[in-house]
Amino acid sequence: KCKTLTMAEEVKLYGTWSSPFSRRIELALKLKGVPFEYIEEDLSNKSPELLKYNPAHKKIPVLVHNSKPIAESQVILEYIDEIWNNNPILPQDPYQRAMARFWGKFIDEKVLATRMKANFAEGKERELVTEEFFQQMEFLENELNGKDFFGGETIGFVDIVAIVVAIWFPLTQEVLGVDTFTEEKFPVLFKWIRKITEIDVVNECRPPREKHLAYVKARIEDLKSASK
Amino acid sequence: MADEVVLLDFWPSMFGIRVRIALAEKGVKYEYKEEDLKNKSPLLLQMNPVHKKIPVLIHNGRPVCESPIIVQYIDEVWKDKAPLLPSDPYQRAQARFWVDFIDKKMYDSSRKTWTTKGEEQEAAKKEFFEVLKTLEGQLGDKPFFGGDNFGYVDLSLIPFYCWFYTYETCGKFSVEAECPKFIAWVKRCLQRETVAKALPDGKKVFEFVSVMRTNLGLE
Repeated sequence: KCKTLTMAEEVKLYGTWSSPFSRRIELALKLKGVPFEYIEEDLSNKSPELLKYNPAHKKIPVLVHNSKPIAESQVILEYIDEIWNNNPILPQDPYQRAMARFWGKFIDEKVLATRMKANFAEGKERELVTEEFFQQMEFLENELNGKDFFGGETIGFVDIVAIVVAIWFPLTQEVLGVDTFTEEKFPVLFKWIRKITEIDVVNECRPPREKHLAYVKARIEDLKSASK
Repeated sequence: MADEVVLLDFWPSMFGIRVRIALAEKGVKYEYKEEDLKNKSPLLLQMNPVHKKIPVLIHNGRPVCESPIIVQYIDEVWKDKAPLLPSDPYQRAQARFWVDFIDKKMYDSSRKTWTTKGEEQEAAKKEFFEVLKTLEGQLGDKPFFGGDNFGYVDLSLIPFYCWFYTYETCGKFSVEAECPKFIAWVKRCLQRETVAKALPDGKKVFEFVSVMRTNLGLE
């Protein structure tokens, strides 16, 4: 729930309850104890504020800090980390920072697209894309390499970005009735999923399960009937 | 112990050129290794197993991949000279946003101006100009995207200029006619020695592309 904000510091987040990109911003703000006002956007009827604050992409999430907007979730995460430097999300060391940015980019630009394709492709294409997905998961599995979290002993930038893998992937899989992303194949990742989903603040920032299941079911139905 | 810096690159790559400009701005000595993308070296495959792409910066044996990440790394390591990103966090966020915009919008639309024909090419040209106009709007009256000083957004965008001759010739259009402010910005950037030295000649890029276009059945 939002606390009362003083005039000194005004933080607003424009987002949607089901978007992993929006939820990761909530998580970062909560991790740092930053009070904010949350505005739920209806993407079929975008508010004038959203269009004003993100004219280039017209997308959520947008963070507005003292009336100044920032868009693109990973850009927002870095900004939050720089303004509120308690509970740091990114490491201090330049090489470790580069590695964190690399894996964050890999997840958002490659893994998500491959997963989408693998879920909806058919026949030979499905086989090939699923194989690609497995290779990508292997890279993430190896990156964890005995650590509790991608960030080490506590969650960091990559963990926050990768929550889409921890929560959204298994849920979609449940709805689709497939079992490509399994503990058998990716024991290290699943151990990480268990650990991260035990964290209170992570659970405060995830879509409520039943509502989320229903939403994903409906979207998959839409996609299936659109492609017929 | 002296720094050992190696750059795995490909001469016409706009992403590689970004890194060359950044290293030059900082006065960093490095070994340039040209990759044959049809026959990638074992070093490249070892240093970038995830994407197998250039550019890759290898600093004291450790690889950094993805050009925006490499440039930010260079800025953070060699921080005592020629800052590339703004010092203000909000301005930094804006700079990162616009480089992300360029990578999402400029590359695909510009590429299609020379890899497609007919209706698809016309659509690509339209999108390309929309992107340029948006960037012009962002530049406004400032000399550079970074304000008074050449910076991260400028160096991320200017490498595309060596491909303009190719886009304009294949797509039959003129950027200067449509976006004179953009070209004025280009000329300001080219006055910088680091930029002028890093950009290959546009006609050389076009020669290289012509071979590819023939193979794609477009010539």
